[in-house]
Amino acid sequence: MIDTAGPKATAPARRGPLMDRRALTRTAVIVVLLLLALFALPPLMSAYYTITMIQVAIYSIVTLGLGLLVGRVGMYSLGQLAVLTIGAWVAARLLFATSQPYILVLIEAGLVTMIIGSLITLPALRLRGLYLALITLMLAGGVTVIEATLNFPNGGGGFSGYNGSQLHAPQIRRPSFASTDPAFYRFSVIVAIVMFLLVFAHLRARPGRAWAAIRQSEPSALAAGINTTFYKLWAMALAAFVTGVAGALLAGADRELFSIDFPIQNSILLLAVVLMGGAFSLAGAVVAAFLQAFLPAALYNLWGVPNDWLIILFGVGVMQVLATAPGGIADQFPKDMKRLYRLISRLWRRPAPVTPGPAGTASPDAPASTGKGGTR
Amino acid sequence: MIEVKNLTVRYGGVTSLDGMNLLFEKGVCGLIGPNGAGKTTFFNVLSGFVRPASGSVTAFGDDLLKLAHFRRARWGVRRTFQTEQAISDLTVYDNVAMIHSKLRGAARRDDVLASIEFVGGGISPWAKVGSLTAGQRRLVEVARAVAGKPRLVLLDEPAAGLPDGETSHLTSVIKAIPGHTGALTILVDHDMVLVNAVCETTAVLDFGKLIASGPTAQVLRDEHVMRAYLGTAEVV
Repeated sequence: MIDTAGPKATAPARRGPLMDRRALTRTAVIVVLLLLALFALPPLMSAYYTITMIQVAIYSIVTLGLGLLVGRVGMYSLGQLAVLTIGAWVAARLLFATSQPYILVLIEAGLVTMIIGSLITLPALRLRGLYLALITLMLAGGVTVIEATLNFPNGGGGFSGYNGSQLHAPQIRRPSFASTDPAFYRFSVIVAIVMFLLVFAHLRARPGRAWAAIRQSEPSALAAGINTTFYKLWAMALAAFVTGVAGALLAGADRELFSIDFPIQNSILLLAVVLMGGAFSLAGAVVAAFLQAFLPAALYNLWGVPNDWLIILFGVGVMQVLATAPGGIADQFPKDMKRLYRLISRLWRRPAPVTPGPAGTASPDAPASTGKGGTR
Repeated sequence: MIEVKNLTVRYGGVTSLDGMNLLFEKGVCGLIGPNGAGKTTFFNVLSGFVRPASGSVTAFGDDLLKLAHFRRARWGVRRTFQTEQAISDLTVYDNVAMIHSKLRGAARRDDVLASIEFVGGGISPWAKVGSLTAGQRRLVEVARAVAGKPRLVLLDEPAAGLPDGETSHLTSVIKAIPGHTGALTILVDHDMVLVNAVCETTAVLDFGKLIASGPTAQVLRDEHVMRAYLGTAEVV
């Protein structure tokens, strides 16, 4: 009513330009990349990299869940790897005990993990920041101890499904349509896409807005009528669900599970890669998965770099992210590319300084900008 | 109408509100007092962030203290904070629409857009809040406070840190809130020009007690109020 001089509510369709040009381009790029990942990549990859890329697909779901907690809600969890192993355990047990279709087991493992994960984090919901991280790390430690005692199912009977005296344990089964590694890779990518869409749908709807409010400030969210405890629990449950599904994929991917393969330090590495990849965007989750699963495998394959070195590398990476690129690689990389493009186009437009005058007059601008662009 | 009776809040050994009694009828009411007088604590009680040791708060016939904090927004309590709280990741529209829990569809959309238009400032509903100026972000918070049939609007130092031009715009917006929404509006601020301009009645808190209450011009001249703000002659 006051100051009507300003542009009056520019209200097109329902809620503004939903699909502007940039969003359209972004969607197209994502679709093309996914099609490449699904159809062009498998024939090109060696057996080693096929297995590696299965892990990337699986870990992209895990980092998706952790990115949701860290980036969208502001909850720092160090227990996501334990949640992953819960999903893997439940799936392995179900796959040995029943003949249900694999996809059904995926969903069941997700749901069971969601319930367990929500229950054990329920007391931690009132905590924040460092204390939440500490408690989730300890819960993860507890889960690790339980799993080391129970062992992962290997086709035995009883609740644990573990038989220590077996010489040749049967492998965890895969879906009939994805029994080979390339087929299972495609299957994992598709499951990952579904999980990303699930989280994306949440972010665009009421929960996503509630989480944004909570991350900004809890008192303000409460004052806006948001039941913060409920929505935080919802975020935890959703993250646990997708991570449980990832665990079920992991069971089929690895075909044999050992608790020793999931050391608790990996939970900390996971948070590190999520921060480096970019916790605030979905693309960051994919970058983080490459850092977590692809980079170690590639470094080992190419130069025999042992995994332990990555802790140092990631430590440096996290420092760099915190200092210069809080949005992570997924946020920084396009910016750098844009800067590079601007630089190149500027050089292109300006012909080489053939002006006869003293060389100093026109040049200080161009070399200065090259120097700047080069260091970033 | 809001009636506060014998409200006491203690933080450990500190008594922040000490048997406060208050009655605001309608319109824009001012609540002033020196730093630490208990103004924000009072707002925190109304928002449900702080549980009082004793006392009652009755607003429009309902016992406000009985409601859970997140349900008070649905009842009609709105609040802006001293520090900026608009959510920078979301659009102006989504920031304001968050307050709605019942309304859906076109009715909700109309109400949200009307609220954004009400605060003015040339804000596009589809702009990300992060891209707005500080003054505009403050207006977005006010827009959220007037959306969805509020009954009690609490403004905690809305003009703090704003340049004069934006303060005068905000002044006209605040003045218009009761007419636009029918809500009782309580303004806490140190800017006496603003308080004088928008508040019909004003109450003064000092050390958790109400020391004066009545028509604004009269209260601001009150001897006790001068002393609470400026100290007594002997000190100087």
